[in-house]
Amino acid sequence: MMRPKSTMELVPGDDETYYLNMGPQHPSTHGVLRLRLHLEGERILGAEPVIGYGHRAHEKMAENRDYLQFLPNTSRIDYLSGMIYNLGYCQAIEKAMQIEVPERAEYIRVICAELNRLTSHLLWLGTYLLDLGGFTPFLYAFDDREKLLDILDSVTGSRLTYSYGRFGGVSMDVDDTFLRAAADYCTYFRKRIDEYHALVTHNIIFRHRTKGVGVMGPQLALDYGVSGPCLRAAGVARDLRKDEPYGIYDRFAFDIVTAEGGDCFARHMVRMGEMEQSLNIIEQAVGGIPDGPVLAAKVPKRIRPPAGEHYFAVESARGHFGMYLRSDGTDVPVRLKLRTPSFVHVATMPVVLPGTMLADTVAILGSIDIVIPEIDR
Amino acid sequence: MTAPHATTQFFHTFDNPWIAIAAATGAMLGFITINALWLIWLERKVSARMQRRYGPTEVGPFGLLQTLADVVKLVGKELITPDHVHRPLYLIAPILAFAPLAALLSLLPIDADWVFHDFDITLVLLLAFSGLNVIAIFAAGWGSNNKYALLGAVRAVAQNISYEIPLLLAVLPIVLMTRSLSLHEIASAQSYPFILVQPLAFIIYFISATAETNRAPFDIPEAESELIAGFHTEYSGMRFGVFFLAEFTNMVIVCAVATLLFLGGWKGPLLPGFVWFFIKVYGLIAVMMVFRWTFPRLRFDQLMTFAWTILVPLALVNLLVTIVVLKL
Repeated sequence: MMRPKSTMELVPGDDETYYLNMGPQHPSTHGVLRLRLHLEGERILGAEPVIGYGHRAHEKMAENRDYLQFLPNTSRIDYLSGMIYNLGYCQAIEKAMQIEVPERAEYIRVICAELNRLTSHLLWLGTYLLDLGGFTPFLYAFDDREKLLDILDSVTGSRLTYSYGRFGGVSMDVDDTFLRAAADYCTYFRKRIDEYHALVTHNIIFRHRTKGVGVMGPQLALDYGVSGPCLRAAGVARDLRKDEPYGIYDRFAFDIVTAEGGDCFARHMVRMGEMEQSLNIIEQAVGGIPDGPVLAAKVPKRIRPPAGEHYFAVESARGHFGMYLRSDGTDVPVRLKLRTPSFVHVATMPVVLPGTMLADTVAILGSIDIVIPEIDR
Repeated sequence: MTAPHATTQFFHTFDNPWIAIAAATGAMLGFITINALWLIWLERKVSARMQRRYGPTEVGPFGLLQTLADVVKLVGKELITPDHVHRPLYLIAPILAFAPLAALLSLLPIDADWVFHDFDITLVLLLAFSGLNVIAIFAAGWGSNNKYALLGAVRAVAQNISYEIPLLLAVLPIVLMTRSLSLHEIASAQSYPFILVQPLAFIIYFISATAETNRAPFDIPEAESELIAGFHTEYSGMRFGVFFLAEFTNMVIVCAVATLLFLGGWKGPLLPGFVWFFIKVYGLIAVMMVFRWTFPRLRFDQLMTFAWTILVPLALVNLLVTIVVLKL
């Protein structure tokens, strides 16, 4: 495994190189990420991400409150796919305590998680084009995302930080209006994907900006523990929904979208493909949802996972989100380690960035779809 | 020479030539201001419509006075001069960006007998003056003493110098066809718009002009996603406003030159000449705006490659073909 040289170790000599601080306040670092770039003209010699500006100590907070009190925190780790994190956390506790979840709740979880994945990918599409200098696609993507947020809002009551999951199910039942809206959205959005392909994927400037830029090969990706769309863009067909199916994902027919090349364009294609797969899953789930309760009847009043170590992982919009829980049998965890994909992805930057141009930095950083609160937790 | 009538007529209405100059300057500055106000409004409306938004609606009818309100806000803002800047360069750069453009407006024949200055080489003067823009941008970037601003300035200089060559090469065939360097004569010589015989030159000119004005997809010097605001990162208030004003005036100038060289200037049926002139100019500007809101941004090296390996050879071939055809 290559170990990149830290830019802190590089002493500027009398050569014509310089350091550029990108962030923590910069339009393209998507929040408070700081990149310390070592540049020669516009060419990048070294890059070092400096993180921690948005640190809120979620892991420590978990050790200071009981399991249910930590639930709202989970949507705030990655505020763009909060539903997936939220439901993932519930599933982790359910697995540790062996709580059975009613069928209907499982279907609702799948629908909501996939809707949430769509919102996350749409936001990515919009902001990515914004990073590349195209302003108009941003508003189209946000318009489509807004419709999704309305659907999710109608059942959960919030737009980003849902806290919709409960141990043993979900907090509220969905009605037919919600299901119809989700199904209608799928029909509508399939047409939109074609439009996005026509306007974005086939745009020659977009292709020039993304093809062959920021190559993250399969070996590098696996070495660093890259997951999610970034890993699949390198040609590795790995998706927790398929490989280690959680919930009821094994009941749905969908493909793992992969692409070759591992460059920014491949990552774009993977995300576009994943949106279509999410639509497939939603349509199947809406079609097959049974009637019944949405919350398990026999959930203990006090959540006390058995003493020992528990691990559970879900496929978030960005990749492998793992929760490692050590419990001593009380209602407060001893340790809850959150393994977030963006943290891993940003760690590859010192290897991926050198040799590219300054303008590529924003293209690459955008293409790996980092969410700063998720890096800092 | 046909045009000087206009000039002399204009100056003869005043007894004192200084008053004439003052009146002309006042008219010019008034035009620049109103033009920029209306263009910024147009830009916002065009972008809004392309993005399924309304754009400004609140201030004035159709939001027409929104830009005026923004200008008032800009004027009211404190002019911050950061401590680390090179003061002379920093302060002179906005003026340097704006003044040559204001002077250039006086060279444009708006109608058959409506021009402030016309002499043999207006085209040369115009192209030379628009080159001064680079110096202003570099002064701003260098004087700001900020890495982002400097990067923006370096990009701007490289870009403008690269694109000036295809621009000149695209203009030359027209000069050869009319055997004149006077904008007025070139426009007068067009019994049909030259775009019909020189479509390639027009396309090359228009692309280069978009790059010259640093408009998207060639807005690399001020690429906001990489360089914050590029060369004017450190400018605030009306100093920033002046750069903005310069950009929009520059758009008018390059589009006016395109109108005069390729679209027959003020010529057109029914309507008065100056109306046709402005219809054509603002039509071209609208096209530029549509570019901006359609395309993502090119990368710096791709931009240079495009200029030197595609535009320059194409323009040279076009020039050679024109020469051969004219000699036959």
